[in-house]
Amino acid sequence: MSAIAEPPSSIHAPVPDSAVGQIASRAMIDASTRLPVLLFFGAALFWLLAGSLFGFVASWKLHSPLFLADWSWLTFGRIRSAHLNAMAYGWASQAAIGVGIWLMARLCRAPLKSAPVLMIATGLWNLGVAIGISGILAGDSQSIEWLEFPAYATPLLFLAYGLIAIWAVIMFASRQVGHVYVSQWYLLAAFFWFPWLYGTANILIQGIGVNGVALGAVNWWFGHNVLGLWFTPIGLAAAYYFIPKVIGRPVHSYYLSALGFWSLALFYSWNGMHHLIGGPFPVWLVTASIVASIMMTIPVVTTAINHHMTMRGHFHMLGLSPTLRFVVFGAMSYTVVSLQGVSMAFRSWNKLTHFTHYTVAHAHLGLYAFFTMIMFGSMYYIVPRLTQCEWRSPRLIKLHFWLSAYGIIAMFGVLSIAGLAQGAWLNDPQIEFIKTVQVTIPYLMARSLSGVALTGAHFIFAIHFGLMLLRLGRTGPEPTYFENKRHDGGAVEGGQ
Amino acid sequence: MNSMPRLFVGIFVVFIFAWVGLVATPYLQLGNMQPEVDPDTGAQLPPVPSGLAAHGSKVYASMGCVYCHSQQVRPEEAGADLARGWGARRTVPRDYIREKPVYLGTMRTGPDLTNIGARQPSANWHYQHLYNPQMVRGSIMPPFRFLFENRKIVGEPSPEALEIPGVAVVPGYEIVPTQDARALVAYLLSLNRNYSLKEAPVD
Ligand code: HEM
Ligand code: HEM
Repeated sequence: MSAIAEPPSSIHAPVPDSAVGQIASRAMIDASTRLPVLLFFGAALFWLLAGSLFGFVASWKLHSPLFLADWSWLTFGRIRSAHLNAMAYGWASQAAIGVGIWLMARLCRAPLKSAPVLMIATGLWNLGVAIGISGILAGDSQSIEWLEFPAYATPLLFLAYGLIAIWAVIMFASRQVGHVYVSQWYLLAAFFWFPWLYGTANILIQGIGVNGVALGAVNWWFGHNVLGLWFTPIGLAAAYYFIPKVIGRPVHSYYLSALGFWSLALFYSWNGMHHLIGGPFPVWLVTASIVASIMMTIPVVTTAINHHMTMRGHFHMLGLSPTLRFVVFGAMSYTVVSLQGVSMAFRSWNKLTHFTHYTVAHAHLGLYAFFTMIMFGSMYYIVPRLTQCEWRSPRLIKLHFWLSAYGIIAMFGVLSIAGLAQGAWLNDPQIEFIKTVQVTIPYLMARSLSGVALTGAHFIFAIHFGLMLLRLGRTGPEPTYFENKRHDGGAVEGGQ
Repeated sequence: MNSMPRLFVGIFVVFIFAWVGLVATPYLQLGNMQPEVDPDTGAQLPPVPSGLAAHGSKVYASMGCVYCHSQQVRPEEAGADLARGWGARRTVPRDYIREKPVYLGTMRTGPDLTNIGARQPSANWHYQHLYNPQMVRGSIMPPFRFLFENRKIVGEPSPEALEIPGVAVVPGYEIVPTQDARALVAYLLSLNRNYSLKEAPVD
């Protein structure tokens, strides 16, 4: 086994402690996270459903502009911003916080303290999101991408996040001595980066009043880092935890883990200006981000190899464990979306894809096929450990998986084609502009259909989650697998 | 990596490094740019927008126009913007010094609006178009009928009453723009960056 090549201190799979005492304390740690984590998950799912409906309305309007056209609060520009913010701050961030809290407690091997503080944070966060989205719909959007929430909503989010970040540092400091697992590096970094990002961006924009193209730079420094230094590290932390956990073997290589982490931190933070290629900015600024984007190949390929080598010989377990299937789908999508992103940062290719639906396809590949799928997988693992019952129905899980997987593949496919056609025609001045609009319409209709599949998947998952909250899950010694039989070859150690 | 301080310092340092590069430096380099002053007339470039246009910029933000329309003209090698007639020259940082938020945009579901005031200087056209964008055949822009008032004529018809191609107005009624619509159109008409700057001359 290749893991032998590692230094001894890095027998760092979160798995092997199978002594009875350990399992008991693990159950205790899980129990200590129950209320805050379930609260974050429940709220996240609420916004996932709301955001799906917003997304669907926005999507429909793009091919049928007269749909719901007489209400100002539903105009495309507002409902689209409501969609993005419901998904980014309502769903994705809260799923990330919930998974992050649970992972942090488990990996620190210490029961969670000050649960009430985290629950106050949930309340503040959701109040902030609700006020922010209402503000957007009412017409108070700041109209800065990823920072649309009006100034009266952002302090609530910042305060909530401040509480969470302080909690994370205290939790980390009170951990049981021992190796710090790779997931913890990502978690600690993300919990620290996000409040700094969010605070700085809002202070620069609302306090100091940066304007002009400098505001554009702040905008995309923030917009990109939310993806690269907040969602991505949490998604990777979960993948690094659940893949080894479910298949029951350590992560392939410690050195690759470390290389992947530090190169990501170093290069991703410099990526922001690749959203502004060709724009009115000094050449050095955009070029710095293009170079950093290309350097991203290092962490991406490193992580891909590390995960692949960990999985090697265990791919059959994708047929068994729901957690593994969602998380591996997400981890593979991470490689794909990132390599695609690298290609999009080249000036030559960006010239074709910038300003088109191709970017929107990439956006959903990243936030959905990578991030959201990993969050789903993590929740399938975590929730039963908090509610003390097992998922009711493997068929519902299967349906959820296939609707999500086919839905996102379809959405990605049709939007990519639409974007390439749109981009090619935009670049040909002989072609009338309106043709670049018309060519996308059939694909936009197909995207609406893919949105129905995704929305359906989300409702199924939410109902299943609701049953778990009501303790209407199965009771029984076995976690819910896709097949009833436990696979005899590999031990499914961590459950699921 | 078992030491918290070392991990933390690393996390801190990489972040501040990029922050200095991508936020602080551009701010120092571009944040304080001044308008160019015409030595003969004393006029400023870019020109100061009227109060109504400034209000219109807020309406533009409120409606989320930036999610479909960019406001940047890229140089020839970066796209067909100039060839499409979207501007007489590429745009440069100085063009945006008065703007907050700055509507550079990342999507062209609709055409670029950097110079829409020069391309389409008729206020009436803009009113008609905002009320019924489908007057441009095949357009998917949403109508903004809620920016207009459809009211009963009392006394004299308003001089601002619109005639909208393809829309039949009920006799005895008239469609007039609200203050927000007037401001938005004033803003759109003010969008004209075809003036010559030292670093971006129009020839
Ligand atoms: C439920 C199905 C979904 C539908 C129908 C949908 C639809 C849409 C539409 C119509 C847009 C606007 C695109 C434009 O301006 O041209 C959009 C943008 C976006 N959506 Fe979704 N979406 C869905 C799910 C999601 C999910 C689950 C996430 C995140 C977790 C997400 C994140 C985003 C982001 C980040 C953007 C901005 C993209 C950009 O600026 O390039 N969407 N979506
Ligand atoms: C090495 C990794 C990546 C690189 C180099 C990269 C590169 C890019 C580039 C160049 C764009 C701008 C496209 C344009 O406007 O022309 C973009 C947009 C975007 N990327 Fe990535 N990407 C990467 C990974 C990811 C990941 C992992 C995610 C999701 C977690 C993601 C989510 C997005 C989103 C949401 C947008 C649209 C932003 C907006 O316009 O609102 N990307 N990416």
